[in-house]
Amino acid sequence: MQKKDIGLAILVLTVAAAVAALNPRFLSPINLANTANLIGLFGLFSIAEAFVIVTAGIELSVGSVIALLGVLFVDMIVNQGIPWPIAMVVVLVLGAVIGLLHGLLVTRLKLQPFVVTLCGLLIYRGIARFYTADGTAGFSFGDEFPWLEWLVSGRTSGVPHSIIAFSVVAAFSWLLLHRTVFGRHLYAVGKNEEAARFSGIKTTRVIIAAYIICAVLTALSAIFFAMYTRSIHPASHGNFYELYAIAAAVLGGFSLRGGEGSIVGVVLGVILLQVLQNLVNLLGIPSSLNFAVMGGVILIGVIADTQFARYRSARRQAAALASLRTIAGTRAD
Amino acid sequence: MRPPIDLALSRITKVYPGVVALQHVSLNIRGGEIVGLIGENGAGKSTLMKVLGGTIAPDGGAIAIDGESYDALTPSEATTHGIAFVHQELNTFANIDVAGNILLGREVASSAFRLLDQQAMTREVRPILDLLGARFRPVDSVADLSLAEQQILEIAKALSMKARLVIFDEPTSSLTLSETERLLDVMRQLKADGVAVLFISHRLPEIESVVDRAIVLRDGKNAGELARDEITKDRMVEMMIGRNIGRNKHHHVPARSEPALRIVGVKTDAYPSIPVDLTLYAGEILGLAGLVGAGRSELARAVFGVDARHAGEVTLNGESLAPNSVAASIEAGLCLVPENRKEEGLILDFAVLDNISLPNLGKLRQGWFVDRRAEARLGAVSTEMLAIKASTLQGAVSSLSGGNQQKVVLAKWLATDPKVIIMDEPTRGIDVGAKGEVYSLMRSLADRGVAILMISSDMEEVIGVSDRVAVMSAGRVTGILPPEDLTEQNILRLAVG
Repeated sequence: MQKKDIGLAILVLTVAAAVAALNPRFLSPINLANTANLIGLFGLFSIAEAFVIVTAGIELSVGSVIALLGVLFVDMIVNQGIPWPIAMVVVLVLGAVIGLLHGLLVTRLKLQPFVVTLCGLLIYRGIARFYTADGTAGFSFGDEFPWLEWLVSGRTSGVPHSIIAFSVVAAFSWLLLHRTVFGRHLYAVGKNEEAARFSGIKTTRVIIAAYIICAVLTALSAIFFAMYTRSIHPASHGNFYELYAIAAAVLGGFSLRGGEGSIVGVVLGVILLQVLQNLVNLLGIPSSLNFAVMGGVILIGVIADTQFARYRSARRQAAALASLRTIAGTRAD
Repeated sequence: MRPPIDLALSRITKVYPGVVALQHVSLNIRGGEIVGLIGENGAGKSTLMKVLGGTIAPDGGAIAIDGESYDALTPSEATTHGIAFVHQELNTFANIDVAGNILLGREVASSAFRLLDQQAMTREVRPILDLLGARFRPVDSVADLSLAEQQILEIAKALSMKARLVIFDEPTSSLTLSETERLLDVMRQLKADGVAVLFISHRLPEIESVVDRAIVLRDGKNAGELARDEITKDRMVEMMIGRNIGRNKHHHVPARSEPALRIVGVKTDAYPSIPVDLTLYAGEILGLAGLVGAGRSELARAVFGVDARHAGEVTLNGESLAPNSVAASIEAGLCLVPENRKEEGLILDFAVLDNISLPNLGKLRQGWFVDRRAEARLGAVSTEMLAIKASTLQGAVSSLSGGNQQKVVLAKWLATDPKVIIMDEPTRGIDVGAKGEVYSLMRSLADRGVAILMISSDMEEVIGVSDRVAVMSAGRVTGILPPEDLTEQNILRLAVG
């Protein structure tokens, strides 16, 4: 674990302890399970976002993709009568196609990731609303998909399956980012694309792969959210989720300039954001202040991080100077 | 017009730790004359110009402008006295129009809301453009101007600041022949208007055609001055060198077996119409000399596959190399130690170990995963072999000295087990001790049969290290010198074209 991650973990524990002390209901099994469920749901697409951010890119269409693919998924299994495993595969493949498209636009046409995915944000949201004629896609009374429901929104001895899925994805992502050759290439491309190219890394492929991974994980998350809300209003479903994901990644130590951050960090970032949300609910803070609390904490966290880094480097320099002086002193004697 | 300038630098000295950049250098210039300033790379021209521009303070000597004497100038004093620079790199803004560029920071604005007064700016700029015979208008977009026109724009900017001395620092190296002619005409025009022109150029024919006298620097000292009728290319080359570099005892002609690297008819981005041929034999160090802008680095990049190769073929030990693929080049046994260590050679924030393993991950993998033990072994072996001084291999490579950073670059490439290494300025910015280590490493690699193509602008290095030297000028290979002809004079003659 990096030093940054340890600092963040301490922050998460402190906030959690404070909430628990102020309202013991925080530790009730029901509240813990609910919070865990939300961590799982929001964590999936936050990890997705991290893959793109590490390449110095950004993915703004996360929320819209969750809405569009969620609508399509529900429509396929409810109205078109397509078996849900097939619908699931179709949704994941569609995700991959969206990711590939974004990756190609960014690498081949050299468009800025911000612009490409901003257009995606608008386009997918628009299609989702058009597809349902701005209505709601949901399950009618009597629609039952027991296996699917158990798999996606069920619990095993109290543990929501969403957080199990999140843990599995996080573990695989950790291996992929921190232990594989591909992961090393991702960090290299994000930090210095030119030097990576000089080292024989096929930077275009690496970047496209990052967008595909991101979009496929987002598609997976779309299925979980569809089954969680059970009724999708495409005008608002998934709104702002991309910003939530970016916030979690930034809290977790990812730099928007690329090449930095760890999966442990983004996981902790997701947990912190959910605990904060929980704090707002449990401490009776008006829920309208929700975003303000989140924004404030992120800002404080980022300021503390940079100040601490500056303090550390100043201390290192002072130590180096002092040791130089000692050497000079002993020489003079 | 302000009265003509009368400027004299006398006995200017500038010492850097370990290097005397300038030693008692004198130079004088008056309004209405064009003075050429020539010398090899590292002769002290740029340091002297920085003294004139006020960006560095000399350690000794005096600067006299119109009879007023200074120990050192500040940048604003230099500007006030009318000293202006036209650099090789342009400082124009493509998103602002011509008038706005010329008056940048001195815009004419209405008194009320500080709105830009376009008409007043046009009025102010037009006579200057007319004086220079510019074929563009104040309202034109800078993005549409050619390189030469942008250079004229820079001159206009200098004149708008009432410049009395315009210093041209290698202005022609990126210009075409006819553009160069126009620029030289502008210089003559400035001279006729009483402005002093100081012209720094590697291109001796241009110096010959335009200057009234030429001042030659060598190793940070005045090497002499040539009056108008004494200026010939031979005299200038002779003065620029003035010394005989001892030949390296290493020189040995390796047995010409098969060529290791064969470049046939390769065209690059920089000179898309000029095909280049070059052959490199196993076990030799081939120096590639030439002046800045001769197209050497561009050739290296195209051969390695970082830049597009527009035509031609590259064969490595008889096998043809796929174009535009760095991965294929590395696979075949070719590598490039790039000119720009900090941007292209290394990922500065990455750990030493991660930098070394980056191009070698293909060999260090177990399935999908990086074999971290093998990686650590590679790091240990590399640091030991190259004597890299780093307290830990996990620390960022940016914390190492220049010499050690360069060794990390070499380590990462040597681990790929190359048969041909292209080194672009392999010792730039590193200290003398590390230089020696790099040279002996190169020699031992060559002795083991590796072929090395060394691009270098350091004449001593080219002559001291190479077995043969190829010289490029304006995109062409103008000659290949065998060991017996390796003299500075011969190289320079081929390099100035």
